[in-house]
Amino acid sequence: MRQILSDGALDPLDRLLINRLQDGLPITERPFAALAAETGLPEVDIATRLTRLREIGAITRFGPFIDAAAMGGAFCLCALAVPDDRFDEVMTLVNAHPEVAHNYERQHRLNMWFVLACERPEDIASVAGLIGAETGLKVHLFPKLQEFFIGFRVEA
Amino acid sequence: MTIDATDRRILQATAGGLPMTAAPYAEVARWLNLTTDEVMERMRAMQASGVIRRVAVAPNHYALGMVANGMSVWDVMDDRAADLGRQVGALPFVSHCYLRPRSLPDWPYNLFAMIHGASRNEVEALRACIADLLGDACRGRDILYSTRILKKTGMRLADGG
Repeated sequence: MRQILSDGALDPLDRLLINRLQDGLPITERPFAALAAETGLPEVDIATRLTRLREIGAITRFGPFIDAAAMGGAFCLCALAVPDDRFDEVMTLVNAHPEVAHNYERQHRLNMWFVLACERPEDIASVAGLIGAETGLKVHLFPKLQEFFIGFRVEA
Repeated sequence: MTIDATDRRILQATAGGLPMTAAPYAEVARWLNLTTDEVMERMRAMQASGVIRRVAVAPNHYALGMVANGMSVWDVMDDRAADLGRQVGALPFVSHCYLRPRSLPDWPYNLFAMIHGASRNEVEALRACIADLLGDACRGRDILYSTRILKKTGMRLADGG
């Protein structure tokens, strides 16, 4: 939902839930029990509020965050420097590959950035090679060497 | 880390979110004809091995007012990149932070950090915070704003197991 919530859409308890539940919850039979005891808000009310927060688009979901790479499969960020007058043609060639999971135009000489998602690690190089041959452009490969993300919070 | 067919069923069933009840794992167990304990034990094991990063709320940052974002990129000295990357990744306004290989001569940057803010100006101010943090370990920087989504498909789970 590409829309900003109106000012009155969230009350203080909604904001507290959004802020607190971005931290992981333990995988237990009653995951909201500790927060319920702390806030005085019954567990079932927490669940009801989460349902509403999803309905109004304040949250996209509540559930497990999955590391797609850990499930098998390989991912690689790639970039191309596409001449302006060939942009649409190259975009069509790149997007035609089902392994291209997403693709963004960015303001830079390297102006097309896409992610390859393949079943097997060796497929990354072959799909990138194919895109290079089809477009006649150098495909820059940016596989992740190390990943850091722990801190991101959206203050509601 | 390998997951079996039952793990995969659990992930597929919960990828769109847990049921919003006080006892969501009991409900997932009912969907899949498993016991609640088995669902929880398997999910805990997947969390321990890193398949599940955490169970949490995914905020819609756009709806909550963080409408601007930029991919900041940095050329950080190799021997300090991992340590500084961890510090940048821990910043509350950075959603993803990766070390990646440079692609010389076109691309000298090895640290990528996605910055989110309420406006382009705020993103630039936050970018300055990262520059301060990196200090003289950083030899070059840039930021790439996206102008258009050209393709976006959901990350699908591979079938089978």
